[in-house]
Amino acid sequence: MEVNEVFEKVKNLFVEELGIDAEKVTMEAKLEEDLEIDSLGIVEVVMAFEDEFGIEIDDEELTDVGTVSQAVNLLHSKL
Amino acid sequence: MSKRRVVVTGLGTINPLGNNVEDTWENLVNGVSGIDSITSFDTSNLPVTFAGEVKNFDANEYMGKQHARKLDRSGHLSIYATEEALKDARLDNQERLGPNVGIVFGTGIGGIGATEDAVRTFDERGPSRVNPLAITQLMPNSSTGQVAIKFGIEGPSVTITTACAASANAVGEAKNMIENGIVDIVVTGGTESGTTPMTIAAFAQIRALSTQNDNPKEACKPFDKNRDGFVMGEGSTVLILESEESAKSRDAEIYAYIDGYGSTTDAYHITAPAEGGAGAVKAMEKAIEDAGITPSDIDYINAHGTSTPANDKNETEAIKTVLGEEASEVVISSTKSMTGHLLGGGGAFESMASILSIKHSKVPPTINLNDPDEECDLNYTPNNAVDLSIKTAMSNSFGFGGHNAVLVFKKS
Repeated sequence: MEVNEVFEKVKNLFVEELGIDAEKVTMEAKLEEDLEIDSLGIVEVVMAFEDEFGIEIDDEELTDVGTVSQAVNLLHSKL
Repeated sequence: MSKRRVVVTGLGTINPLGNNVEDTWENLVNGVSGIDSITSFDTSNLPVTFAGEVKNFDANEYMGKQHARKLDRSGHLSIYATEEALKDARLDNQERLGPNVGIVFGTGIGGIGATEDAVRTFDERGPSRVNPLAITQLMPNSSTGQVAIKFGIEGPSVTITTACAASANAVGEAKNMIENGIVDIVVTGGTESGTTPMTIAAFAQIRALSTQNDNPKEACKPFDKNRDGFVMGEGSTVLILESEESAKSRDAEIYAYIDGYGSTTDAYHITAPAEGGAGAVKAMEKAIEDAGITPSDIDYINAHGTSTPANDKNETEAIKTVLGEEASEVVISSTKSMTGHLLGGGGAFESMASILSIKHSKVPPTINLNDPDEECDLNYTPNNAVDLSIKTAMSNSFGFGGHNAVLVFKKS
């Protein structure tokens, strides 16, 4: 899967599942500041990613994920 | 320090009769039932298929999906009713209400819907798929915390869970807080959104619910000979309580004084009222004493009046004990006949109904009261509202656990 395809799927999840405004979801967007995904929300995001992509994500892998592009790259590397 | 007098300066509500105070009052005095067949879930395997549901409310539309999905429905309703009440009190012009404002909220069973969803997910998909927001949705203090966050309430916050007396206790404790000078303003009231398949089943198991599935609008008939149980209801009602001094200094409109609060416990049985409503009698007496009045001063009683055989009989007896000969004179009604039982949100709703009765000099009826029970022989305002100049109104609330909370409101 190409990076931009992963992004589109991530964007779709954010918009459809979490109710985030579509125009806010860019590669540069910061998860907490721009998308208002707090420490509770990130667990939901991980669950949604795991279900969508059929992968498992450990908590440690998320330490450096603060933006949409970092999340997309993490997912891309695991596919 | 002498006690400060407390007034009500704002009301907000969302309930089976309306999504604002005006519609609710209009339906109350017109004897409209807010009870109907349940639409929010499949009831085909349940012994009871009707309730008083909030209608025409879409939380996603109201607060946006991203925010709405973080809260249980009780949280949605709480924020909505609080926003209405703050607007009404003209306290909606500040970013944060700050440290001089407290919050006391009541609920019977908190986010029970979120609990059920989480358990279902756990069973079906395992622990790793349980909603990470489940705890913050199901905890009984969820509404209190969410409302405080939304409106920046930084004073004391308390959540009261005394079942069907919860929001009456909340209003009473809020009064105490202001009387004692802890804060000048308290956002108080309560919320219940606990109509779920499990709660219907469990209440039905103890034979507490009316089973008149074929005729939902006429099922709730407090004080009637053919009453067969209460009807579940949902909703949130919020009152803004304020010291008289604070209200006057900012030229706020005053609905009424809240002068009396009595709170007692039966310490008798977890569901059945004590014989003759002994605990209820003491709570009414304490509220009357607190208000500095005599029983004969009471013009209107908004009864607990659940439509269960035990409550209505014992409450009638309790009123007779407290009022003596005056009992046959006093005007009583049960607005639950129209809303159903709002459980932890009931006391706040009925406080509002009492206050509006004072304001409009009108008593809403007890609907569906066609065949009076000989053991319930007082004036319950059957079926039609009556005009009545009210100086003093009393609101009764009693809860499973043996909790009794009584409030007295006076014309301002």
